[in-house]
Amino acid sequence: MLSVSVTHRLGAFTLDAEFQSEGGLTALFGRSGAGKTSLVNAIAGLIRPDRGHISIDGEVLTDTATGRFVPAHRRRVGYVFQEGRLFPHLNVRQNLAYGRWFAPKDGARSLGDGSEFDQVVGLLGIEHLLARRPANLSGGEKQRVAIGRALLARPRLLVMDEPLASLDDSRRHEIFPYIERLRDEMRVPIVYVSHSIPEVARLATTLVVLSDGQVAAIGPTAEIMGRLDLFPLTGRAEAGAILATRIAGHDSAFALTILKAAAGELRVPRLDLPVGTALRVRIRARDVMIALKPPEGLSALNVLPGTVAEIAQGDGPIVQMRLDCAGEALIARLTRRSVETMGLVPGLKVHAVIKSIAFDHHAFAGAQPLAVSSDAEIAEG
Amino acid sequence: MPLGPRLRGGDGFGLMPFSLSPEELTAIKLSLRVGFWAMLTSLPVALLVAMVLARGRFWGRSALNVIVHLPLVMPPVVTGYILLILFGRRGALGAPLADYLGIVFAFRWTGAALASAVMGFPLMVRSMRLSIDAVDRRLEDAAATLGANRGWVWLTVTLPLILPGIVAGMILSFARALGEFGATITFVSNIPGETQTLPIAIYTFLQVPGGETGAFRLTLVSVAISVAALLASEAIAQRASRRAAGL
Repeated sequence: MLSVSVTHRLGAFTLDAEFQSEGGLTALFGRSGAGKTSLVNAIAGLIRPDRGHISIDGEVLTDTATGRFVPAHRRRVGYVFQEGRLFPHLNVRQNLAYGRWFAPKDGARSLGDGSEFDQVVGLLGIEHLLARRPANLSGGEKQRVAIGRALLARPRLLVMDEPLASLDDSRRHEIFPYIERLRDEMRVPIVYVSHSIPEVARLATTLVVLSDGQVAAIGPTAEIMGRLDLFPLTGRAEAGAILATRIAGHDSAFALTILKAAAGELRVPRLDLPVGTALRVRIRARDVMIALKPPEGLSALNVLPGTVAEIAQGDGPIVQMRLDCAGEALIARLTRRSVETMGLVPGLKVHAVIKSIAFDHHAFAGAQPLAVSSDAEIAEG
Repeated sequence: MPLGPRLRGGDGFGLMPFSLSPEELTAIKLSLRVGFWAMLTSLPVALLVAMVLARGRFWGRSALNVIVHLPLVMPPVVTGYILLILFGRRGALGAPLADYLGIVFAFRWTGAALASAVMGFPLMVRSMRLSIDAVDRRLEDAAATLGANRGWVWLTVTLPLILPGIVAGMILSFARALGEFGATITFVSNIPGETQTLPIAIYTFLQVPGGETGAFRLTLVSVAISVAALLASEAIAQRASRRAAGL
């Protein structure tokens, strides 16, 4: 359990944030300059906050009230930096061994058979890079090595500061599965800094929304992403809800895959995943249409029944609305005019219409190969 | 004692009479010894001072910076004279060093090495400091998060990254030592076999009639050593910086 409470002045900007995390992947989400990096630097011991208290599993790392400050090298907080920060004078194997060398020699994180080094190398798929120098690695390879190096130091907590920000889309997708395996298989508690909605939607179990150095909201990812009042912070254009689904079958005649969600079935372009695979699907608010009756003669394949739960008030032409579809939230974005002419009010039964082709890679949080998310964490939301 | 092939004849009077007299050979050996020890003994001190100047934040830092650079801007004779006052047999530092530790600089080759070390010191410090300033300190933070304390961070990250600067500094200091004249002759005079280094030997040859040939031979040797040192430094620095850059 990580507990953080920090006040820190940086020029005209004041960071004043507090949050707790019970393991899993906690995403610190916010725009650039929201104080995310300062916060994780305080956790890792790279900065000494003006005031604050930081503890992991009851061990106090920083407490300005008592003057306690455990130096970074004794915190056992692994850090994956945005730029990797691999040691340029060492090859990949030596970079990986670096963290290993200083790690406590007892209490290896068990992953089954084989040495820890081989397991981490295997998990990250970097066997073929061991003899290379960092300068000869691609961005994605660098980040995988950086993750491995941090892991081999046997951290109690792994901090990742926008580890994918410097990568292009395809490289990013290359890393996602590895981070998910850290979260789900190795069960490393992770604090993950990001300003990308697709990343957070795919990876985070808990979401901490930071705005101007303050915590604007904290909670399970699906719940926070479904909150209309946070849209200005989470970004309107990319806003959307997360549905927990499972692959129910494939329609090979039309190259479609059938996903089963609590709210109903969704047909999406074929996914090469086995039946039964759990999948997080993000449905962007702008891809959702609202119908008062079950639509007929419509090309869209996906219609989910639901109830209007909340309509965000505003003067602009666009209105966000939250639907309750069998207990799960779905966000729709439509014009204020439509809301008025259709007489949409909370409590009204409606049908959400989603075109199948809306399920492009954004819907799966930009995932290829696709995420295998455990449904337990969705259930929290 | 002949050294190397006689290029033409060997009568000691030709245009390229490349056989060195014992005196000349002594001067060359002495110069190399003085340069080597000047470089080696100033290395740890220069590294410490460069670290302190690059990273330290303390009162008197700019004063230290000025003192380190003084030999670079002062006339060498002045530096030599100051050394004489400080490290002479009755000097403020020379007397206790001789009485208690038995270390004597005055009119010894050690004095020549000291003078060369002092003259080369600013060059060495500058070269090291530049490379220390160029170190990406975020790499040091990364090492700390991996469990390395400050000593280990310095040894395993900082030192390998500044190695090119250290090597360059050493070569510069060595080259400066080979060329040192003013401070050395002022401090420890001109004693053949003890303090008569290459430049001083050349100077001495030029003072006597018929000494031009010897002066010319030593000049050629001097040029050869300088070129070799430069080539070596170039090669080593290139290798080290390629390594530091991860290539």
